Amino acid sequence: MADRPEGNAAKGDNRPKLSLHVPEPKYRPGDTVDFSHIDVPAAGSMARPDEACDPAEMRDMAFGLVRVLGEDNKAHGPWDPKLDPDTLRTMLGHMAMTRAFDERMFRGQRQGKTSFYMKCTGEEATSVSASMALAADDMVFPSYRQQGILIQRGYPMIEMINQIYSNKGDKLKGRQLPIMYSSREHSFFTISGNLATQTPQAVGWAMASAMKGDSRIAATWVGEGSTAEGDFHSACTFATVYNAPVILNVINNQWAISSFSGFAGAERTTFAARALGYGLAGLRVDGNDALACYAAEQWAANRARANAGPTLIEFFTYRAEGHSTSDDPSGYRSAQEREEWPLGDPVMRLKNHLIAIGEWDEERQEKMDLEAAEHVKKVTKEAEANGILGHGLHHPFRTMFEDVFEELPWHLQEQANQAVRERETKFPEGLPTKGVQG
Amino acid sequence: MSETATQDAPATESATERRLNMIEAINDALDVSMGRDEDVVVMGEDVGYFGGVFRCTAGLQEKYGKTRVFDTPINECGIIAVAVGMGAYGLRPVPEIQFADYIYPGLDQLISEAARLRYRSAGEYIAPMTVRSPFGGGIFGGQTHSQSPEAIFTHVSGLKTVIPATPYDAKGLLISCIEDNDPVIFFEPKRIYNGPFSGYYDKPVQPWKKFDASVVPEGYYKIPLGKARQVTEGEQLTILAYGTMVHVVEAVCREKGVEADILDLRTLVPLDIEAIEASVERTGRCLIVHEATRTSGFGAELSALVTERCFYHLEAPVERVTGFDTPYPHSLEWAYFPGPIRIGEAIDKILKD
Repeated sequence: MADRPEGNAAKGDNRPKLSLHVPEPKYRPGDTVDFSHIDVPAAGSMARPDEACDPAEMRDMAFGLVRVLGEDNKAHGPWDPKLDPDTLRTMLGHMAMTRAFDERMFRGQRQGKTSFYMKCTGEEATSVSASMALAADDMVFPSYRQQGILIQRGYPMIEMINQIYSNKGDKLKGRQLPIMYSSREHSFFTISGNLATQTPQAVGWAMASAMKGDSRIAATWVGEGSTAEGDFHSACTFATVYNAPVILNVINNQWAISSFSGFAGAERTTFAARALGYGLAGLRVDGNDALACYAAEQWAANRARANAGPTLIEFFTYRAEGHSTSDDPSGYRSAQEREEWPLGDPVMRLKNHLIAIGEWDEERQEKMDLEAAEHVKKVTKEAEANGILGHGLHHPFRTMFEDVFEELPWHLQEQANQAVRERETKFPEGLPTKGVQG
Repeated sequence: MSETATQDAPATESATERRLNMIEAINDALDVSMGRDEDVVVMGEDVGYFGGVFRCTAGLQEKYGKTRVFDTPINECGIIAVAVGMGAYGLRPVPEIQFADYIYPGLDQLISEAARLRYRSAGEYIAPMTVRSPFGGGIFGGQTHSQSPEAIFTHVSGLKTVIPATPYDAKGLLISCIEDNDPVIFFEPKRIYNGPFSGYYDKPVQPWKKFDASVVPEGYYKIPLGKARQVTEGEQLTILAYGTMVHVVEAVCREKGVEADILDLRTLVPLDIEAIEASVERTGRCLIVHEATRTSGFGAELSALVTERCFYHLEAPVERVTGFDTPYPHSLEWAYFPGPIRIGEAIDKILKD
């Protein structure tokens, strides 16, 4: 041990020994899971305050759980957004499509078509339903697990797959890790990969919108694990200081790779309760309840649009799969967790709701799932015509040096020349016929 | 380059032109830019009502209103991050970091975000921001108000780094930076805010108005990024410097009677390599001077470039004069500062053979 002052302990005083608490999840691989400690209030039991209310009146909402869909698969209480059946079916369709997309892309990675993929299984409502509650031109600053937003906003699926394959059709020119999409046209900010950086950026965008007297708001998504980043504190501080028209969505899916939410402070309080200290409106929401997700996001959007202030929403959900294709969750958590999760599965719950209100049936669900899978399969084939990762159909070499700056400075020009020389040395007979682009 | 060659010469007559110190010139650049483009916004700690701890933003809030010039929380990460978001919206933010020493909490937002936005989105999103920050020592700022961290930023692909050495340049360069569509780090050498510095801390400071480089035209003008300024012309050696050190090396050369080709680099990225090569090829000797710590400082890059590109013209090894690899000490700041003795010794060594 390094040199340090001796302190009083050496003098033999009788103060108790301190001990360090290192959080530990309740269940590890092989453990029997019992989630009875999770308080699941009845659907419809949470009050719905006025959208312009004082955050101080919302203490209960930050510790409780906004729920709409009950055990009876019916919608309950003041948070019921009362969506028409067509809208509900559209929501279900986007969620089913997101799930089908994830299945296919995950498989594609396992087949060696790309390096990396991340599913959002079990969390579809937190992006699809939330996104549906926003206007199409509201600006979103997502994290890496909100593919549901792009699907909901009608971003062409082939663009998503081209990006995942980093092929010659990838409009990000093969520069970004798979799933780090960007689409200005869809008011979808470029995904970073560094965690929580997008949260204060969303606040800045919202501030700009307010500065300009615009009517568009911003929304950002961040995992519960990354709320530990300083950027999240920056976001909350700037949001409250400038009363920015922004929604801070925290996706509490319980796990950050292998670290459970306790390492972000979940043993002590809720993530929605972070809002209280900042004077932000705070809502804690059943993230597997598509109607509650929609209603909460809509509440926050209305609040922001009326200049009534920012909202922090915690979507309480469960990451049903691994963090990404690069980790095996059976190595750090009990497989029973997914089955025992007390809030169920968001797709099943919405489906059952539609059936319960007489607007859907198993047959149509089966057909929809099949069509979604077929659609993804078809678009995947189209994308594969543009190449898959590592098979040569990438962007031309020179594009590597573009967009570092608006104009190419001399030092990058010299390095670009070097890269071209290296390619010519490697392929002195000219480029191989199959696909390599100059 | 040569049209501004006499800027550092003492004023010869009582010119009627407007003379400004560097603070006033920076304020003027902000004013001109804000007047021309309503998307230009200024923010930072104490920049609003108070006008900045160095007064660079004085009067701007009164003139342009609180939504375009405003104070921020003490949160450099947040300042840079919201500037990224504002840039994505379409504004041209000019955030101020009160001291360059405070910029580190914002590094991830600068390095991983602002600098990469254009690249990672293939041009869909850009970060047209200019981060202004006073840097450098010589004002008894101690280790947290004296640093010169420029090499941290020149090492990052996607960032431009600009450092003015005169009021005239400060205005023209800052307007260029604000109009630039890439993120720019604009370091203001605070030791020479009020007047150029000879390196002799025990001699009285001469105010800028006694020097022609303080003649700052009204209204709009730009100095292009990536173009060095020829400070003095000489055949004995080339001296590469920027910021405060431009004036110190000029004073040392004058004192020693050395005829040096002094280049004020003005922009570190992109660098005016043509001017450097042309000068070193002519003189055959090169001294590099910066105030920042030595190891992995920007002088190392300059030394490597000169050696790689001008080796067969060199008649002596390239020399570097820098701050020491220690924190900037408060009471011993002039022992740290690369002053006339350190520079003089290096010149003697280069000219020896």
